[in-house]
Amino acid sequence: MLMNPVAGNAITKNNMTAFRQIYTLFKKDLLLEVRQQYSFYGILLYIGATIFVLYMAINEPEAKVWNGLFWVIQLFICINAVAKSFLQESRGRMLYFYSIASPRDFVLAKLMFNSLLMLAMSMLSLLLFSLFLGSPINKVGPFVGLVLLGGWSLSLVFTFLAAIAAKAQQNAAIMAVLGFPIILPQLLLLMRLSNAAFAPLLTIPLNTVLLLVALDIMVILLAVILFPFLWKD
Amino acid sequence: MYKSWWKIVSVILLVYTFTAGILTEVPRLPALQETIRNLYFHVCMWFAMMILFTISVVNAVRYLRTFNHKYDIYARQYAVVGIVMGILGYVTGAIWMSYTWADPNNPAFESFSALAREPKLIGAAIGLLIYFAYLVLRDSINDMDKRARISAVYNIFAYAMLFPSIWILPRILPSLHPGREGNPALNTSDIDSSMRIVFYPAVIGWTLLAVWITTIKIRLSLLKEKKMMQ
Repeated sequence: MLMNPVAGNAITKNNMTAFRQIYTLFKKDLLLEVRQQYSFYGILLYIGATIFVLYMAINEPEAKVWNGLFWVIQLFICINAVAKSFLQESRGRMLYFYSIASPRDFVLAKLMFNSLLMLAMSMLSLLLFSLFLGSPINKVGPFVGLVLLGGWSLSLVFTFLAAIAAKAQQNAAIMAVLGFPIILPQLLLLMRLSNAAFAPLLTIPLNTVLLLVALDIMVILLAVILFPFLWKD
Repeated sequence: MYKSWWKIVSVILLVYTFTAGILTEVPRLPALQETIRNLYFHVCMWFAMMILFTISVVNAVRYLRTFNHKYDIYARQYAVVGIVMGILGYVTGAIWMSYTWADPNNPAFESFSALAREPKLIGAAIGLLIYFAYLVLRDSINDMDKRARISAVYNIFAYAMLFPSIWILPRILPSLHPGREGNPALNTSDIDSSMRIVFYPAVIGWTLLAVWITTIKIRLSLLKEKKMMQ
């Protein structure tokens, strides 16, 4: 009742077509990013400039401060990187996607693309943070994993919120208002886990990591279930 | 009359809560002493808040299934009264805290930042912030259908994220607040059985009162809507 006949058919088609559709939409986002490089470089510049400002303000912060700053910066990077994913689509183009793709495929492609973007950006900001602000990290391997997991969690939640903000015809500011309380539990868990990665004696609690993964899966499921309602104008 | 039985039940239960809650004998534990009577008020507020938020999300789902505007108004009003109950929960908690947790040598204002780090407080604050954001989002959209649809979607998403912040997070982080291992005040070891006979009716009474307030608010906004249509 919600989807138009074309989109409804797309769901009933076999999985191979769904995969191909997701892949095509994903590739379209990637191509756009490669062709309109200004936005990509914009995020890079944002990361570089923020970390440089921090470097000017404080040198060699202690582990707790480093940890807090790192995750807050991740949060802002994510808002900036992900916000445009839905806001950049004009009304006409959304109408076009609406007629050729199913909402599930569309949102999954967006989630995949933003995850990839955010994973790359997290790695970059980790590198810059370690370069400029020193590195209190004790367990490098687990912490890198944690940063990737955190970047992924952030990107998933904010992709969905970007869809809401875009539909509400609001700017990125409303995304921060909507997103901060929602992301707080995950951010708290991530900060706690990374504190364990800094201390040589603490082990990283596996069930907290699993809880984060479970939350991510829940966000994906919710996005797939709820996006069709946002999609129709 | 036959439809208002639950309102009468609510009033009777609340009168019972106030009289029995203040007059009956309670176990006197060190540090808690008579302040344990606050259990009949403080914990009930959080119960009512959670129940109202749940009703709100159920109505959001019903809206998305039927696209009937009635459910959108239900969802919003239940969320608003849920927020009020949450704030009352904070107020009663703050009174309780000032007798049990606060350092008597320090003024309450100075010990605030240390006490506010409490995971249960953080979890509840996240919950309230989420619903404040819901109201902001809802009122920022002018188109009626769009507002209802988008805020219903956010409501469901927010409720799903509220759950870990209230029910899981406080159990992982170290805490001073009772009820870390399980559900506060529901465990058999948590409260004395003599308190149960007041506590359970109190929960029902406060929740019914909150629902009653909401139904009045819903009637008011439905009337406003009707007036706008004409």
